[in-house]
Amino acid sequence: MSDPVLSIRDLTVEIPTRHGILRPVDGVSYDIAAGEILGVVGESGAGKSMAGNAVIGLLNPPAHIAKGEIRVRGTRVDQLTGDAMRRLRGKEIGMVFQDPLTSLNPLLRIGDQLTETMLAHLDISRTEADRRAVAALEEVGIPGAAERVGSYPHEFSGGMRQRVVIALALCAEPSLIIADEPTTALDVSVQAQIIALLKKLCRERGTAVMLITHDMGVIAEAADRVAVMYAGQLAELGPVRDVLTAPHHPYTDGLMGSTPLASRGKDRLHQIPGAMPRLDALPEGCAFHPRCPRVQDACRVSPGPRIEDGAGRAACLFPMTREAVA
Amino acid sequence: MALVDVRNLTRIFDVSKPWLNRVVERREKSYLTAVSDVSFEIAERSVYALVGESGSGKSTIGKMLVGLLGPSSGAVEIRGTDLARENDAAKIDAVRRDIQMIFQDPFASLNPRWRVRDIIVEPVAARGGNTDGMAEKLLEQVGLSARDAGKFPHEFSGGQRQRICIARALASEPKLIVCDEPTSALDVSVQAQVLNLMSDLKDSFGLTYLFISHDLTVVQHMADRIGVLYLGRLVEEADPDALFDDPKHPYSQMLLAAAPQLDSFGRDVPPPTGEIPDPINPPTGCAYHPRCPLAADICSQKRPEMREIRGARVACHMAE
Repeated sequence: MSDPVLSIRDLTVEIPTRHGILRPVDGVSYDIAAGEILGVVGESGAGKSMAGNAVIGLLNPPAHIAKGEIRVRGTRVDQLTGDAMRRLRGKEIGMVFQDPLTSLNPLLRIGDQLTETMLAHLDISRTEADRRAVAALEEVGIPGAAERVGSYPHEFSGGMRQRVVIALALCAEPSLIIADEPTTALDVSVQAQIIALLKKLCRERGTAVMLITHDMGVIAEAADRVAVMYAGQLAELGPVRDVLTAPHHPYTDGLMGSTPLASRGKDRLHQIPGAMPRLDALPEGCAFHPRCPRVQDACRVSPGPRIEDGAGRAACLFPMTREAVA
Repeated sequence: MALVDVRNLTRIFDVSKPWLNRVVERREKSYLTAVSDVSFEIAERSVYALVGESGSGKSTIGKMLVGLLGPSSGAVEIRGTDLARENDAAKIDAVRRDIQMIFQDPFASLNPRWRVRDIIVEPVAARGGNTDGMAEKLLEQVGLSARDAGKFPHEFSGGQRQRICIARALASEPKLIVCDEPTSALDVSVQAQVLNLMSDLKDSFGLTYLFISHDLTVVQHMADRIGVLYLGRLVEEADPDALFDDPKHPYSQMLLAAAPQLDSFGRDVPPPTGEIPDPINPPTGCAYHPRCPLAADICSQKRPEMREIRGARVACHMAE
C-alpha cells in the first residue's frame, strides 16, 4: 500500500479549564489511504468531530493539540501557523459540514463561491475557474448546472445545497475530505443520494474521506474501515464488515445491539446501562468499564491497550474474539 | 371500537405574502396543503406509527390529534368525541385529560426555571388534582431517582430529560400519548433505553401511542401498524412485517431501499431520483407520479383511492 493520505499518530487534544485539563481526544492514531473511506462513529461527546477539527486546524481555543502528529501526504500539519494552514485548508483538505445552509454564504451566488475557492488555491484564470465551476456542479449531479451557477443558496433545496457544499469541498481537488455528519440533516432518500455521490467521487478521484457520523447504517453502506470512538479514545478500528458483524470491543457490541434491526423482530433492545462519562469525570482504568458487561478487576485499574494503526483492533484488555460473518 | 378515528383529515395553511405585497406584485393568495384527506384508525393499546420524510405532514397530524391545531376539514374522533366540534365543555375536558404528548427536543420542552417536581405534576396541578408524592413515584417508574424531583432540567442529560418528559406525560394517567420523534435527538444507546422504557410503560399502563418518526428501523421495532405519508397523503398502511417484507406502494419501496441497513456493506444500489415536490404546487393526480417508476397516464390525472391489497391499504393505481 502506498503512503496514506492522512496519518494521525497519538493525537491528543486538550482543553484547559478551571477544574483541570479535559481531553476530548486522547491518544488517537489512524491512517486513511487514497480512495479509502474511513468511518468515524461514536455518540455525542465521543470526540469524533473534535478529531476532524484538529486535522483541519479548526479547534476553538482554548482547545489545542497537546501531543501527537498529523500528517497529510507526508507533511506535518499540526504545527502550521494560521496562514500556512489557511493555504492548506481547501487545497489539500476539503470539508463538508452537517448543515449545508450555514456552510454557504447566503449573499454570494454559488458560482462565485466556487470560483473564489478555486482562484485562491489554484493557479488558473477567471474564465477557466468559471468553466470548472459549471463542471464541478455537473459532477455532483445538479441539473442545469450552467444556469444554476448564478443562483443563491436559498434557491436550492437541502439536498441540492449539500451537493453544492460537496462541489465546493472538491473544487480545489483536495486529497482528503472531512465529512462531518454530511447527511444528518437530510431525509432518507436524499441521504442515499449524497452517500452514493461521496462514494462515486472518492472512487473516481482517489480522494481519501473521513466520514464522521453517528449512524451505523451509513457507515455500513459507505465506509471501507471504521473507527469507533468512546470518551475521546479509539475503542475499535478495523474493516467495516468485521467490526460490525463481529465486534471485539464490548462497547461496539453494545452499540450494535441497541440499534433496532429488522431481523431481531420486536424483542427488547439491548441496552448499555448508564451514559458516556463526562470528560471531567472519567473513570480510572478503561473509560468504558462502569458500563461494561464483561468488566474484570484489571479493567478498573489499567486502561486497555492503545490501538496503533495496523496493529490491534480493540482497545480492550479482554476483547471478544469472534469470526466475522462472511 | 377504535380509540382514535381519523376521517378525511385535511389541514391547509395560508402561506400568502402580506396583503400589500400581493397587491403590488399582483400575486394570488397561496395555500400549503400539509395534510390531505388522511383516514386511519388507532386501536386501543396499540402503537400506530406515522413515517415520512420532512414535509410529509406527520407532525401536523399529531398536533391535530391532541388539539393543538384544528383541522381544515375532516375530523378526529377520540372515543367518539370530536374535539373540534364538541360543545359540551365537560366532555371535551374528559377527553383532553386522556391525551398527552412527548416532543422531539427534550431541551426545549422543559421549562429551565422550574424544578422537575413542578414540571411533572403540572398536568395534574393545572386541573387542581392532588399531587402529593406523585413526581417521586413517576420518576422511579421512568428509571430516575425520587431525589431528582428537586433538581432543575439542566442537571440532566438528553436521555434523562426525555424520561422526565415521559413522566410528565404519564402524570394525568392518559390513554393516548402522541410521541413526535421522541428519540431523534438521542444517541443510539440512549435511544434503546428510551424505546425499551416506552414499551414497558405501554404494557403496564395500557397506553396507546401515536408514534411519529422518520426512522424506519425504530418504527419497525415499535409499531403494530404503520402509515406511510408522502406530501400530506397516506400512501400505504400495513402491519410492520407486511410493510417491510412486501411494500406495495412504489414510494414505500423506494423509502425502504434508500434506508441504510447495517448489513449493506459496500452496497451499490442506484439511489432514488428526484426530490419531494413543492407542497404549495403539488403534482396533479398521484403526488408521487413524477418520481414513480410505474407511472402511467392515469397517475397524473386521477388521485388514487385507498385500496385493500393483502391486508394493507394502498393508494396507488398500479400496485398489485
